[in-house]
Amino acid sequence: MSHYLDHAASTAPTPAALAAYVEEAGHAGNASSLHAAGRRARRVLEESRETVAACLDARPSEVIFTSSGTEANNLALKGIFWGRRSQDAARRRLLVSAVEHHSLLDPAFWLAGHAGAEVALAEVDQNGRLELAALAAEFGEASSTALASVMWANNEVGTLQPIAEVARLCQRFGVPLHRAAASAVGQLPVSFAASGADALTVSGHKFGAPLGVGALLTRRDLPIESLTQGGSQERGLRAGTVNVPAIRAFAVALAEATSTQAERAAHLTSLRDRLIAGVRRAVPDAVLRGPEPATGRLPGSALFTFPGCEGDSLLYLLDSAGVQASTGSACQAGIPQPSHVLLAMGVDEESARGALRFSLGSTSTEADVDALLAALPSVAERARNAGLTSAR
Amino acid sequence: MRVLAAMSGGVDSAVAAALAVEAGHEVVGVHMALTRNPQLFRAGSRGCCSLEDASDARRVADRLGIPFYVWDLSETFQDTVVEDFLAEYAAGRTPNPCLRCNEHVKFRTLLDKAQALGFDAIATGHYAQALPGPDGPELHRSPNHAKDQSYVLAVMGRDELSRVLFPLGGFASKDEVRAAAAQRDLAVSAKPDSYDICFIPDGDTRGFLRDRLGARPGPILDPEGRQVGEHEGAYAYTVGQRKGLALGRPAVDGRPRYVLSTNMRDNSVVVGAEELLTVNHLQGRRASWLTDPAPIFGADGPPSGIAVQVRAHGREMSAELTLEDQGETLVSRLTSGTLRGVAAGQSMVIYQGTRVLGQATIARAWRQ
Ligand SMILES: Cc1ncc(COP(=O)(O)O)c(C=O)c1O
Repeated sequence: MSHYLDHAASTAPTPAALAAYVEEAGHAGNASSLHAAGRRARRVLEESRETVAACLDARPSEVIFTSSGTEANNLALKGIFWGRRSQDAARRRLLVSAVEHHSLLDPAFWLAGHAGAEVALAEVDQNGRLELAALAAEFGEASSTALASVMWANNEVGTLQPIAEVARLCQRFGVPLHRAAASAVGQLPVSFAASGADALTVSGHKFGAPLGVGALLTRRDLPIESLTQGGSQERGLRAGTVNVPAIRAFAVALAEATSTQAERAAHLTSLRDRLIAGVRRAVPDAVLRGPEPATGRLPGSALFTFPGCEGDSLLYLLDSAGVQASTGSACQAGIPQPSHVLLAMGVDEESARGALRFSLGSTSTEADVDALLAALPSVAERARNAGLTSAR
Repeated sequence: MRVLAAMSGGVDSAVAAALAVEAGHEVVGVHMALTRNPQLFRAGSRGCCSLEDASDARRVADRLGIPFYVWDLSETFQDTVVEDFLAEYAAGRTPNPCLRCNEHVKFRTLLDKAQALGFDAIATGHYAQALPGPDGPELHRSPNHAKDQSYVLAVMGRDELSRVLFPLGGFASKDEVRAAAAQRDLAVSAKPDSYDICFIPDGDTRGFLRDRLGARPGPILDPEGRQVGEHEGAYAYTVGQRKGLALGRPAVDGRPRYVLSTNMRDNSVVVGAEELLTVNHLQGRRASWLTDPAPIFGADGPPSGIAVQVRAHGREMSAELTLEDQGETLVSRLTSGTLRGVAAGQSMVIYQGTRVLGQATIARAWRQ
């Protein structure tokens, strides 16, 4: 029996999304073609866009479909950087939180290396929450700032960021605000209009759409350049034939996720709290990272560090016991690196190496959590012994 | 048995893993990441540490239907292999990093970690045999003499030997191993062998040392103490070396000159004629034994029928062993023939027939 506790990495498409995908993929038709088949595809595309806009409280013209959250983040960072700089060459600063996803941080540092950008990392406290006073101080250089980017909720430790305060600062100083909401959609109510954000990243495979589709919501008045040339699709911001089947499935999954968000959040929260309490009982010295339950964290995930253990040992032992979790951090050639999120929260490198993230999805059950809790005591003990041998 | 197959991404460890699976073991594949920054190591497909190698290993594991993980052993590797490599060169010796990697990384850290995680043994793609003997497992040469790797395995302990499998032990040639890989449709069957030191991607050992140990110019002397040239750091020279001396003037007799010794105390390199390199006595320290008890402490005196080997692919030489300094020092007297250019820091491995009895690190070699 296998227990999947890594829904934050990717969750399976819902049956309705999959059916929509398969049905749509059977049609010929390029949404840019002018004949009947093209018109049909175009109609599906625009209906999907309207659905997505309705679900996220945005206007249809604000929805730009992409292939992934990563692509949406790249478009936001580079596109807005270039758009703003072409209006005013002095705007070369990127203000981003230190705990952003790599698909956000890496393009920021790429811009620093290739396009003269300057990256300012906004610090977080020990729970991974932005330090507002420090952030406010960063706005001293607002006039040279191209954009600010702060995620809705952290994908590793689950911390929610102080959305409203950040948006107020950005508005006061006239700095466009981008938010990656990849982890939030489906778990929390997400309103683009009310968020105060100028751009917002969504990733489909995190909430039940198939892989290969995401979106960037952008306000119409936001200066933004396309990263690709070769076609005028998606308001000229994303050249290339549009992936209508994936987009249709994306809209179906998003409609399900947002219409059932409250029940889903309640389901995830109760499983998460069972998991957190159970892990603490099973391994008393395990440390929950990020805020305590009920205080500003995502319903569906929890990351612990296990003292004396290495993440790769824990992962292997749980995997062989049929429980699939993740170290929660970026990999290079499959090597777990100590998470930049944990390090930014002040966790020391050795503790950070013993991190394991458990994340739940709408199909998760108490049996999944209990399988983890049953395996964990002996797994943690073994991993600790293995940690001692490699430290010798 | 639960077996961890160490998978480098090369053909040997791939076939070893396949044979472990076919022998009915429950096998998990592990690739050891030896640096946290894979780009630092070679990017070609010949090494043991590149991104390509990790994914080649992963594809073999997919094909065999076994779980696969990458484990980060970069810290141990840095501390016990790379640092040791630099320290040994800085001290005027010539280390063998593959041997240190076997000693500290594969057959210590990896093996201990595997055991702690519930594995009974690890399997590697070495050409050598672990055979049962009356007093426990014995390490023997591979029947494939050209490929035999018992030399670099001799550093492991007896206890470790009881927890390793060498599925390639019985293979007579590399071609046979490649054929076995092709037969199993393993994509690495035609992958070239690796030769160089994996953490020196461009093969420029001297450059690697200079970058890390710094340039330290000093004299090159002849055996009478006359300066015949200059060098950028005595640490970069190895006894027996002929190339790269850049001596301006030819020797009086016009014959090639070789490095006879390096002296870290006055940072000098002594060069001379080839015959001055000839030795028939070797002194080893830090001996370790794969026999129990250590043979020379036995009641019957030193073991007979002994041969020693001082290089990974060198010839073995008949020898007599004696112990000195209360057993701290092991001396081999070669009984038929001599060796040339034996560098301190290399390992002297003791064979009896095909069996490895033990090894020691060479401290000194001389003619008497
Ligand atoms: C916060 C966050 N941003 C971006 C991404 C990347 O999205 P995608 O996998 O669609 O490229 C992820 C997930 O990996 C994420 O969690």
